[in-house]
Amino acid sequence: MAENTQESAAESQEAAAPLDPQAVKNAQLLALLQRLFGADTFMDVEEPYGLLTVTTTRERIHEIIAGLQQDQELQLNFLTTMCGIHYPENEGKELGMIYHVHSLVNNLRLRIKIFFPIADPVVPTLTDLYATANWMEREAYDFYGIIFTGHPNLIRILNVEDMDYHPMRKEYALEDGTREDKTDLFFGR
Amino acid sequence: MAVNDTLEGTHKIIQEAREQQQNSGLVPTLNDFSQELTTLNLGPTHPATHGIFQNILQMDGERIISGVPTIGYIHRAFEKIAERRPFYQITPLTDRMNYCSSPINNMGWHMTVEKLLGVTVPKRAQYMRVIAMELARITDHLICNSILGVDTGAFTGFLYVFQEREKVYEIYEEICGARLTTNMGRVGGMERDFSDVAIQKLRDWLKTFPAVMKEFESMFNRNRIFMDRVVNVGPITAEKALNYGFTGPNLRAAGVDYDVRAMNPYSSYEDFDFEIPVGTKGDTYDRFMVRNEEIWQSLRIINQALENLPEGPFHADAPHYYLPPKQAVYKNMEALIYHFKIIMGEIEAPVGEVYHSVEGGNGELGFYLISDGGRTPYRLHFRRPCFIYYQAYPEMVVGSSLSDAIVTLSSMNVIAGELDA
Repeated sequence: MAENTQESAAESQEAAAPLDPQAVKNAQLLALLQRLFGADTFMDVEEPYGLLTVTTTRERIHEIIAGLQQDQELQLNFLTTMCGIHYPENEGKELGMIYHVHSLVNNLRLRIKIFFPIADPVVPTLTDLYATANWMEREAYDFYGIIFTGHPNLIRILNVEDMDYHPMRKEYALEDGTREDKTDLFFGR
Repeated sequence: MAVNDTLEGTHKIIQEAREQQQNSGLVPTLNDFSQELTTLNLGPTHPATHGIFQNILQMDGERIISGVPTIGYIHRAFEKIAERRPFYQITPLTDRMNYCSSPINNMGWHMTVEKLLGVTVPKRAQYMRVIAMELARITDHLICNSILGVDTGAFTGFLYVFQEREKVYEIYEEICGARLTTNMGRVGGMERDFSDVAIQKLRDWLKTFPAVMKEFESMFNRNRIFMDRVVNVGPITAEKALNYGFTGPNLRAAGVDYDVRAMNPYSSYEDFDFEIPVGTKGDTYDRFMVRNEEIWQSLRIINQALENLPEGPFHADAPHYYLPPKQAVYKNMEALIYHFKIIMGEIEAPVGEVYHSVEGGNGELGFYLISDGGRTPYRLHFRRPCFIYYQAYPEMVVGSSLSDAIVTLSSMNVIAGELDA
């Protein structure tokens, strides 16, 4: 996997170097990331619409975000946003967290994803690195039931306290299940 | 009792906060009369909070010891609702986030979809969007600053500039027919071209507004009473602001010149000449001044865009995504088919994920859209600047008085609709 990603990064650098400065930037960023955290840390390296996207594991996410924050070369020290996601059909990797970090100095953006089983939705918190992570993690907990170990105040934030489910999971249909005049045939999925 | 049941959660918060303070030995004993701190519920609906947020403050006399903000009072589950809606039907949801500058939300959303679909917007439409967005920024800042004046006891300034907001809304009305929840953009461009009346109204307003703005500024900028109330109130350092994820005027007031328009230009912002005003201390006065200066910069941008408004189409040639003109729908079979398909949400988006951000009234407003190739987003996440920076509020007001807390909240421009979404 690691060799593939290196190859594809090098390829994209060669192919797009005169044309697309974003691809060059991404290839350089990826090379730096792999040098900092090891080449086998990042899986599924993609560049959807020009934004470098890497997948890593929840065991390493805290270390990586902390490293990015402190790295003087990259200065990826602005946590733009984070959000949860649910893919019910991915066995063993149903839930995910997606982090967007940004370097205000170098104008680099990076998207980091982690996936983990819904039966064990435990992720380390980033509140010790970024104060802004506090509410975002509470939101992810509220909507997806992701538990952030070490979070100082992991309670629901937007929904009522006595809710016993996590509404953004793909388990709940939006339409009233008892209605028969509306079907899923024509709208949405 | 039902009411007590619902309050139980919040009381728990107070209890815990109190215990925490007692453990850390932070409880001051200035008020020897009772030795007891007052718990003050500022909100959920307090006239001075301009929206529905609750702040459970612990007060020692007039001084704030700690605060716990609780939000979610107008949470409307936009992210979940968006998972069932075709792209056009998501536009009204974005309207209702920052309702003081809904055109920016709209355009940001349309640009996100265009990025996903690979639609290129013609120059004219981009300039028209810039005009609409900058008008929205001006009204947003006007409301924030004039309400800040009201909170310090000066009602007149609010009356002065509210008329100007009214005039901008008339321009919106001329552009799209709506005033508050504008829907003037479409995927691929604008819904219709600026009419001559709209251009005329815009030009008239651009002539008269600077005088009013100058008057507003001269009323506040060096006003002794106003300055006494806002200088050094609710300050935040640049490091803290960045750590809390501040963007927009609140961050720039702290001295960081981060502006999405300059850093990642969208919709032809690179064509325009404007400056990014910054403050130094990040206090309420700096936020006020930064917003005032941004209004002037927005005027500059509008003037440039209006003078150099290119000729050409006002929307992209993208029949799959851009609604055909109504007259064509009546006469032209293909137009009818596309109209039907777009309205019924039968257009399938490509697989992909896209993050696009615009400089909203309050900072970086981001749209993170994941499409799995269906008709609706698989996941849509709004990066709402208000939600992100409002959590710094307790830290900014602890130690100050209640009246300072009101002014700080006012100058942060927290919009409840954007906070909760």
